[in-house]
Amino acid sequence: MNKLYIFLKYFFIVVWTVFVVAPFLWALTTSFKDFQSVNGGVTYIPWVDFEPNLEGWKVLIKSPAKGGVDIIEPYFNSLFVTCTASLISIILGTLSAYALSRYTFKAGFVKNNDITFFFISQRIMPPIVLSIPFFLFLSSINLLDSLTGLIVVYIVLLMPIAVWIMVDFFNKVPREIDETALIDGCNPYQAFLKVVLPNSIPGLIVAGMFCIIFGWIDFFFAFILTFTEVQLLPVKIVALNSSVTPWWSLSASALVSVAPLIIVAFIVERYLSKGNLSGAIK
Amino acid sequence: MNFKHKYFFLFPGLFVLIGILIFPIIFVVRLSLSGWNSYNPGLDYIGLENYIRLFTDDPRFWESFFRLSFLSVTTVILQYVIGFALAHMVWKDIKFKRFFRVLFLVPMMTTPVIMTVIWRTFFHESLGPVNDLLSVFGVAPKWLTDPVIAKFTVIIVEVWQWTPFMFLLLLAGLLSLPKEPFLAAAIDGASPVRKFIYVTFPLMAPISIGAIIIRLIEASKIMDTVYVLTSGGPGTSTETSSFYIFIKGLREFQMGYAASMSFTYLIIMIISLTIIAKVLTKVLLKD
Repeated sequence: MNKLYIFLKYFFIVVWTVFVVAPFLWALTTSFKDFQSVNGGVTYIPWVDFEPNLEGWKVLIKSPAKGGVDIIEPYFNSLFVTCTASLISIILGTLSAYALSRYTFKAGFVKNNDITFFFISQRIMPPIVLSIPFFLFLSSINLLDSLTGLIVVYIVLLMPIAVWIMVDFFNKVPREIDETALIDGCNPYQAFLKVVLPNSIPGLIVAGMFCIIFGWIDFFFAFILTFTEVQLLPVKIVALNSSVTPWWSLSASALVSVAPLIIVAFIVERYLSKGNLSGAIK
Repeated sequence: MNFKHKYFFLFPGLFVLIGILIFPIIFVVRLSLSGWNSYNPGLDYIGLENYIRLFTDDPRFWESFFRLSFLSVTTVILQYVIGFALAHMVWKDIKFKRFFRVLFLVPMMTTPVIMTVIWRTFFHESLGPVNDLLSVFGVAPKWLTDPVIAKFTVIIVEVWQWTPFMFLLLLAGLLSLPKEPFLAAAIDGASPVRKFIYVTFPLMAPISIGAIIIRLIEASKIMDTVYVLTSGGPGTSTETSSFYIFIKGLREFQMGYAASMSFTYLIIMIISLTIIAKVLTKVLLKD
């Protein structure tokens, strides 16, 4: 009984690991192929099935005029938009979350929980519903196809996540520490900045990671609200796909674009194992 | 605590969010009552004409909606079962625990559309590895061009992409469970299966509900995977509501009609997710 269970457990883990790794391995080998080894039947193992070359990786740094795929600028655009929007969302979201966790609000039938729910419920909004008014709205104030316009939209995507995680986190930070700080003569802002925030760094990091994940992986808004002036990484790579499809450079650029977030996976796992994520779900 | 300061904490975030959102939402409602299209761009007033067309004369919207329901419910169930199994497996000590935890998280950190581009080459009918390996058995499924199989391809990709999120939520939940019930079960000599059914699963019920709802919300937006993988095809066989609204609104520029669809879609989404949340709470939290 027990042995069977352990066997099944490892069997399942191995199967899932293969499934998770398979597309990455495929992309990695494909990125070293040339025309012949992609189009002349399926090949797997470098040096055995095909002769690897670096063409797919070289085009990443070539200028477009020389047949490169120019993903450097979209890369920095993506990085800039994601980080700026995450930062703004975290700052505003943390302030609101602190208020919702520490003070009581009451306006008619609206109470703390309703305000929290209002923040979080913005995730229910299907992107397509917002995309049409945003499209017309941003084009009327000339922010279509600009980084600023995207940042504004991304704040809506990311702030709910920040509020969601931070409210739960602040609820776990004991109230006594703010009260002690207030008694010691701090005003509420000093208490927040000097005492509560330093005690909330794990929560801030987790919230930040989630904002970065959901900002970095968004395609839809970038796809609809930008065209040629500003391109974000996912849009650029999908555009590659629809043109000639040189699989090798496609794979190489895909790998480059997913690489930075692998580091985030390590950070998230670290905080997960420490138990810092547990409150957020309930 | 001091009374006035609380507003200084709450309002910046709240007002920024409302400020960005309120206009688009009102605008969608107003737009849905207009005949804005590429010949006639402008906010004229045509009453409920768009809604009448939607409810009486547009089977494609409802088909795309049922397809979306099928896809999101199926993927979320699969993600829940697999995610729970995986979380349960790496919860207690196994070899290379941290390695597997990180590995199982990785897919959700990757950009869905970019991975979908890779999946497209992966499932390519003549040049992809899947059909090459399956040719040993003499079968070559048309992963992207068969109306039925294409749906399952979408499901496979979605499961790969988002099971990690379910895994993350459930593992975080498992790690936060109190120890005492498990000790009691161990003293009673309960078998692993009984321990799971009578201790772990009931304790996890609230977290399960939360995780399922969160995933359903995200899954109900399936769009970019479909766009890249199959472009809604073959025909309309993988078209979801968002994708159909996208075609009508931002390809054919029938803005007014698309707005009426997106508003209807939003309302249906809110109602059905509320019902699902209520039902799940009833079923899983019986006592």
